[in-house]
Amino acid sequence: MNRRHWIRGAGSVLGAVMLSACDRLNANAQFMRMLRGAEALSMRAQRLIAPRGALAREFSPADISPDFRANGSIDPQDVEYLTLKAGGFSDWRLVIDGLVETPLSLTLDELRGWPARSQITRHDCVEGWSSIGKWTGARLAPLLEKAGLKPEAKFLVFHCADTLDPSLAQGRYYESIDLIDAFHPQTILAYAMNDQPLPVKHGAPLRLRVERQLGYKHAKYVMRIEAVADFAHIARGRGGFWEDRGYEWYAGI
Amino acid sequence: MAEKPPRVLVRRHALVTRITHWINVLAISLLLMSGLQIFNAHPALYWGHASTFRQPWMSIIMVERGGEPRGQTAIGDLRLDTTGVLGWSGEGARGEKRAFPAWATIPSFKSLADGRRWHFFFAWLFAINGLVYLAWALIGGHFKRDLAPTRAQLSPRHILHEIGTHAQLKFPKGEAARSYNVLQKGTYLAVVLLLLPAMVLTGLCMSPSVNATVPWLIDVFGGRQSARTIHFISASLIVLFVLVHLVMVVASGAWNNIRSMITGRYAIETEARP
Repeated sequence: MNRRHWIRGAGSVLGAVMLSACDRLNANAQFMRMLRGAEALSMRAQRLIAPRGALAREFSPADISPDFRANGSIDPQDVEYLTLKAGGFSDWRLVIDGLVETPLSLTLDELRGWPARSQITRHDCVEGWSSIGKWTGARLAPLLEKAGLKPEAKFLVFHCADTLDPSLAQGRYYESIDLIDAFHPQTILAYAMNDQPLPVKHGAPLRLRVERQLGYKHAKYVMRIEAVADFAHIARGRGGFWEDRGYEWYAGI
Repeated sequence: MAEKPPRVLVRRHALVTRITHWINVLAISLLLMSGLQIFNAHPALYWGHASTFRQPWMSIIMVERGGEPRGQTAIGDLRLDTTGVLGWSGEGARGEKRAFPAWATIPSFKSLADGRRWHFFFAWLFAINGLVYLAWALIGGHFKRDLAPTRAQLSPRHILHEIGTHAQLKFPKGEAARSYNVLQKGTYLAVVLLLLPAMVLTGLCMSPSVNATVPWLIDVFGGRQSARTIHFISASLIVLFVLVHLVMVVASGAWNNIRSMITGRYAIETEARP
């Protein structure tokens, strides 16, 4: 009896010490920088073993999820977006600029004229769930070739129309990818989902599909693609809305 | 004569075993707790490639009953009220909707981003540690010498006998305590060669980049959501193993066992001389 009490007491003290120690470490900038080191390791290891063009699995139409979940912004209330939506996105333009030779500005109809690709892929949310959907859109690579990336361009930043965090001036959604993913054959700017125009909750009129990474990389409501040398000057400088809030920039894991 | 039999210290655990064991203790504890943090972001499990949101085979959620928040754990058709621990933590107005409680997760507060940082860092430590152990155990003969059961140990009669004595918490003494018994060997081999590798592989299968690089691997487990499910079940089995392991450590001589895993020396009682 005594021994049992002793063990139980020691166990709960040990547990409490460990937990508060972990919380304290979690607030320690140096410790968290060490933990973040794993991201570079994961990215380097995966890039080392993964052929550049390795394709994400494509599924059959029978596999398409009837209940594809939407996350993040599902109905943006930004005035600019509401105006575009009210006009059926006829005034919407995709701008490709930054470190490019020829900036582009394309209507949705023009974009539909570009080399397209359809793919039925699995969408993996960082939360842990997966849904399968069919995406149709313009391949990003030919657009980038047309715009002509300058040699110093290393990343593409996707600026979006939706404000996901209204409490902050920098609450607009944005994302970034490197050129390996930018030129990957399955990287498309999707304007259709399951053979229908892209629904608002999934990012109408245009969303990015970057199939070898988690869901938060797949920027919705894309307005502008900016080629940059680095993204330190954008928002909080970590390359994306969720990255600025502690998530990994490399979302292949 | 009621004299205590003389005891000798034998060399029980090699240095590599001891170091990798304690690194494993650290890594697995932190992986488990940060893993529960990650699970809390979507506390439901499915089979197959995609989530069937209306029919998870297992979920830990908050439900309202009579205006009161309750924690509910569902496994198949089974509905368990787990208020206070799973689904709804704490009491009354100070309660919180969360699958696993604060004391079981890292960090204790809700943060998927931080949980992932911890998880992937210690996953690397765990994987490297495991590879060092496996390489050493294979090349150095640890598997063959210490873990492979002998022919005599594999006879059904012997195995039944061992199960019987274990259930009574009676353990081998004297010369027989020099090496692992057949239940220990079988359990350690299953954990080291099946359970822990399954943990790593199902973890890797949740990475969309790994899926693209090694497309066949996910089919071994039946899809990404199946891999997530098996990851969770394997983690539960590791917890079960650790609990039984700790009971056995305490029951068969806590101090002697702990010392042998720190200094390598293990005391056995020698047989009385004629």
